[in-house]
Amino acid sequence: MHMADALVAPAVAGTMYVCSAAAAAYSVKKVRLDTDTKKVPVMGIMGAFVFAAQMINFTIPGTGSSGHLCGGMLLSALLGPYAGFLTMIGVLLIQGLLFADGGLLALGCNVWNMAFYGCFIGSLLIWKPIMKKGMSKGKIALASVLGCVLTLQLGAFSVTLETLASGITDLPFGAFVGVMQPIHLAIGLVEGLITAAVLIFVYEARPELLFCSSEEENPDGKLTFKKTMTVLAAAAVFIGGVLSLAASSFPDGLEWSIERLTGSTEIEGAASGIYQTAAAIQEASSVLPDYAFKGSETVLGTTFSGIVGCLVVAVICVGACYLFKFFRKNKKA
Amino acid sequence: MSKINNAIHEIHQIDTLSLRNQWVNQIHPLVKLVLTIIYIVLLVSFHKYDVAGTAGMMVYPIVVFILAELSFTDCLKRLKVVLPLVCFIGILNPFFDKNYIIVSGIRVSAGVLSMITLIIKGVFSVLASYLLIATTSVDKLCCALRMLHIPRAIVTQFMLMYRYISVLLEETERITQAYVLRAPHQKGIHFKAWGSLVGQLLLRSMDRANEVYDSMRLRGYQGDYGYLRNSLIFRWSDALYFLFWIGILVLFRLFPVILVIGNLIGGFLI
Repeated sequence: MHMADALVAPAVAGTMYVCSAAAAAYSVKKVRLDTDTKKVPVMGIMGAFVFAAQMINFTIPGTGSSGHLCGGMLLSALLGPYAGFLTMIGVLLIQGLLFADGGLLALGCNVWNMAFYGCFIGSLLIWKPIMKKGMSKGKIALASVLGCVLTLQLGAFSVTLETLASGITDLPFGAFVGVMQPIHLAIGLVEGLITAAVLIFVYEARPELLFCSSEEENPDGKLTFKKTMTVLAAAAVFIGGVLSLAASSFPDGLEWSIERLTGSTEIEGAASGIYQTAAAIQEASSVLPDYAFKGSETVLGTTFSGIVGCLVVAVICVGACYLFKFFRKNKKA
Repeated sequence: MSKINNAIHEIHQIDTLSLRNQWVNQIHPLVKLVLTIIYIVLLVSFHKYDVAGTAGMMVYPIVVFILAELSFTDCLKRLKVVLPLVCFIGILNPFFDKNYIIVSGIRVSAGVLSMITLIIKGVFSVLASYLLIATTSVDKLCCALRMLHIPRAIVTQFMLMYRYISVLLEETERITQAYVLRAPHQKGIHFKAWGSLVGQLLLRSMDRANEVYDSMRLRGYQGDYGYLRNSLIFRWSDALYFLFWIGILVLFRLFPVILVIGNLIGGFLI
């Protein structure tokens, strides 16, 4: 479900960065790291654990395929929503930077889609209410499956909204949602079952490690649910508002695109707008305007110019690099 | 090589690359980080039909790639995650975007243009991130993140996570290998062993976390980590490098440089 940099528009990426940063700032405040210096090393190593556990293939009974662990729900069930959220940011950053799974620009989106839903919704709205009156294996299984399915559905829906708002794909909204949601329903079910199996094992071996296993580990009191709902509502309004603005500023219609490319809504032949725009800018900037090849409207067009331009720029870049390296080498010698 | 071994290999490779004494490696990490972000933002901001403009952004990866003397095949391997995803999303565009644009008398499907742009964006953005991480060690990157005022909690746990990933991956590899040897011809971990196998790894990791914390405390850790901040000096060459690239990238973003050069050369050829 990791979004790549190429799939998000800067406006959408920026919006999601703001939302994720707000959740991260709130989490940093709530984790109380100043008084508990142990949390950071534990978070780091648990992040590394999630990363390692994601590499394990789990056989899905009755099918020939295998599933994987995603980790958001597992981390929040162990570390709590806030520390879990911060840990997931680290996991996503490493995945994006080291393994090209995600990206720097899409990090805000990925944190929101996977960490925010997995940790905040999964932990505060599902895990915590279910565990309110004591823990049991059944409750852990229910919370894990429900949490994973719901948070993955929300995450997948967000991916759809973010991609469409970015104007990247021409897939109709209905078709995109129709593909994304069922796939992530199956993934969520499998992930939920794996998470449940692991958490039940931890519950049997060391129950004190689980979030909400005692009052002491749940110091935030009754207001947490209300506060979370307020934050969620505010975030929903904010995202809805800003994303819809971003969406409306990226109308998908071809007319707008062609108007931008050609200067008119009508598509003309070889006298393409790209060439005209290029020529106008070239003339305006007086970069040897007389050398712009004549008659290009009929003989050579934008395609040729684009290819030639690309090749020339590539050759210049490569040549400049080798010259630079040659001079540096000589200077050192 | 198994998936886990691949991951361990990739981490070691990145570590080795980032610690080399190349010219690009010596540039201030903050400059490289900010530049990478700006590059990706400018790259993805191109309109979906602007193939020439997007292609022009090849300047940065090509130059840095050569200066950093990186392996081309290693670089291509990085695309294995992003490319299928981007291609999957992009390949649907020609089916849903039935409109066309006439370029040089040729009827070109608008969906094909948007697909090409998307693939170029996907490839270049991955290359830019790779160039950052292959020329900047994680320690230096953490220092740059702290300079950008990213909270200490996030940066420190990110660094610790990175350091312990190899350890935990090796442990995971041992566990899964032992399982596979006992259960041959099985595709993955049987559902009956899901909980105990991962649970054991989890409990061991938790214990390890406590041991790490104790050893950090014994070495004077009190909640803050000593980054390389003092050893990193911002030089004039860093500023020049930054300004040079900003100038070039903005130029390529605002003006159709590729088409202008193409026209100029075309003028000579005709």
